[in-house]
Amino acid sequence: MKSKRFQALAERPVNKDGFVAEWPEVGLIAIGSPNDPRPSIKIASGKIVEMDGKQREEFDLIDRFIADYGIDLDIAGKAMAIESVEIARMLVDINVSREKVLKVTKGLTPAKIVDVIEKMNILEIMMAMQKMRARKRPGNQCHVTNVRDNPVLIAADAAEGALRGFDEQETTVGITRYAPFNALALLIGAQTGRGGVLTQCALEESFELTLGMRGLTTYAETISVYGTEQVFVDGDDTPWSKAFLASAYASRGLKMRFTSGTGSEVQMGYAEGKSMLYLEAKCILIAKAAGVQGLQNGSISCIGVPGAVPTGIRVVAGENLITMMLDLEVASGNDQTFSHSDIRRTARLMPQLLAGTDLILSGYSAVPNYDNMFAGSNFDIEDVDDYLVLQRDLMVEGGLRPVTEEETITVRNKAAKILQAVFKKLGLPTVTDEEVEAATLAHGSRDMPARDVNEDIKAATEMMQKRITGLDVARVIAESGYTDVAVNILNMLKQRIAGDYLHTSAVLDKSFNIDSAVNNPNDYAGPGTGYRLSPERWKEIKEIFQALKPESFNTREGA
Amino acid sequence: MISSEDLIDEVVNEVLKRLQDKILAPSSPAKKIVQFDLEEIGEAKRGTKGDEVVIGISPAYGKKFKENIMSIPLNEIIREILAGIAEEGLSSRLIRVKHTADVAFIAYTAAKLSGSGIGIGIQSRGTIVIHQKDLQPLNNLELFPQCPVLNLDTYRGIGKNAARYAKGESPTPVTVQNDQMARPKFQAKAAVMHNFETGYVTSGAKPVELRGLFGREGKINDK
Repeated sequence: MKSKRFQALAERPVNKDGFVAEWPEVGLIAIGSPNDPRPSIKIASGKIVEMDGKQREEFDLIDRFIADYGIDLDIAGKAMAIESVEIARMLVDINVSREKVLKVTKGLTPAKIVDVIEKMNILEIMMAMQKMRARKRPGNQCHVTNVRDNPVLIAADAAEGALRGFDEQETTVGITRYAPFNALALLIGAQTGRGGVLTQCALEESFELTLGMRGLTTYAETISVYGTEQVFVDGDDTPWSKAFLASAYASRGLKMRFTSGTGSEVQMGYAEGKSMLYLEAKCILIAKAAGVQGLQNGSISCIGVPGAVPTGIRVVAGENLITMMLDLEVASGNDQTFSHSDIRRTARLMPQLLAGTDLILSGYSAVPNYDNMFAGSNFDIEDVDDYLVLQRDLMVEGGLRPVTEEETITVRNKAAKILQAVFKKLGLPTVTDEEVEAATLAHGSRDMPARDVNEDIKAATEMMQKRITGLDVARVIAESGYTDVAVNILNMLKQRIAGDYLHTSAVLDKSFNIDSAVNNPNDYAGPGTGYRLSPERWKEIKEIFQALKPESFNTREGA
Repeated sequence: MISSEDLIDEVVNEVLKRLQDKILAPSSPAKKIVQFDLEEIGEAKRGTKGDEVVIGISPAYGKKFKENIMSIPLNEIIREILAGIAEEGLSSRLIRVKHTADVAFIAYTAAKLSGSGIGIGIQSRGTIVIHQKDLQPLNNLELFPQCPVLNLDTYRGIGKNAARYAKGESPTPVTVQNDQMARPKFQAKAAVMHNFETGYVTSGAKPVELRGLFGREGKINDK
């Protein structure tokens, strides 16, 4: 027997999503696996000798790293003695300051911190996020990629992304050897759209570091950490090697954060039967222990895993909150396709959008999802008017601003032209006028003429061999007459020496002023405090082009 | 160490023997699925011939799983990769990597054992990488991370390109497909498959050389 009702339901987008039942034995459970340890701590002669039921002799690499460097021993004894539900209440209580909460949460073990989240419903998690976010102003990050790694299009899309308000931009590659061009095009495009936007290129770690050291990128994010030893070892890594990499960035004055997220350990087949949030809590503590300023989490590329099990999306918001509870910058996910259902993917965004995080999406696809080489984001450029309307409907800071078609075309054209000039000056393969024109008006790579991929790859490799740096790029842009953009790129390089943007949650405004948790800390303490939209910002958000104004009726016949 | 000539003789004889067995058997209509047995023939050695590509398969490939995430038979995938390599006039060797289920490290292991320095790594779910021995393990020549969008033609193209890298050429990379809805549809299934895959990992085990035996029927044998 077949029901027409059930047939109609079967065809709904949500039923194209994959769902699985909990399977705790392999860690396919969001929170509360029967194999998760109970919280405990014992400190003797200034060292943790027992953590979450394990004696120091039994510690694996990760336990030892966290115990020795991740937990504040001055407060741990007292903090661990407080009931989890009491800590959860402190988190949502507007009368308990962020600073005071941190004096407890920085002393908790992984199992204890998960136990605190376990006591909170989704709305309480959001309340806590609003208070615990490190920087006062919420921001946003975008992805700029395309399926053909077309550099002209990357430059144009980056310029538009910067114009639209993104604080940070991230690219990656279809073909690894294209990476130098992608990084170069992103840098040029972003600094054309708005000076001060940070840019990165997600790659194999040593290559990514090299691009940063040469000034072709200005920060890094894809330094991944994991919650079980086996997954670390499988990647030829340890917490110490990741900390070493982090210090390599710091030594060159480059901003960086780690990346982790629920579901990665079970996705890689070594979750040891532990819940996703317990393992993620360990990752967050590894980031804290390594001394990095921030973390990208919120499941990230494994979102299909927590998304497929019960209470997974609440737990993903919980992992963002834990990052804030350790006083770290959080780039809070929402950066990967998660559902076929528009209802579901919007609901998944709400905790981070409404509460506000340092980077609400990490990132928002500034290109159509067919061009998104992170395999698609939860929101893409075709959703951007929806996103702008959400900001306006709910009067919430989402980090984006309405733009006009005219200014967008202008800035895209300028970026494509500068890229053309740079390629010419650096002796890279020709960018034709036809390509500049196409990139100016393109929606995606399907609107672009094909390039000679082999010639590009060869030239990109040679560009690395010739050790072209950000300074060379600034110089040839200046020589081509685009002084403003040359100065912007030079200013980004100066940040490397000043080092101010290494502070927690630091981004730059258009005048290259730092906006961070140090000079603009979150001081939310209930209504009337914390981040509020300024009158200028609110005016910007509410003036979307679609809104009819009284005066528009005067010019319309029959209106 | 077995000399390569002996090895070739041995392989040729074995293949001829199997073929004869089949020919002598009562004729049956040609089946679409070509028989492809994988037999373990000892520890995989570093190749000395510059004109070979080594294909590394994951621990559970053909054991726990006979089909990839999209139900494409795993033996047909191997056949297409081999055919792609053969089309370029190069030889190939098959190995099973046992110490890891990570596709980058499977491919890297294959590349290090390959006489040309070019290796391919593939997992049961179908994720595949072309690697080169001098690259960083997590780098690659070509990576195909979205297994649900790969078809037999793509796998043949990957074999062909690997062979062309081995010849020192710079082939145009196989077109990268992108399906942004692959994750919501398949990621949880991929996780479940991978947990079975890692169940077959033997820590510290050396990769083993496999002998592929073509026939007319059947599927990959369990070994």
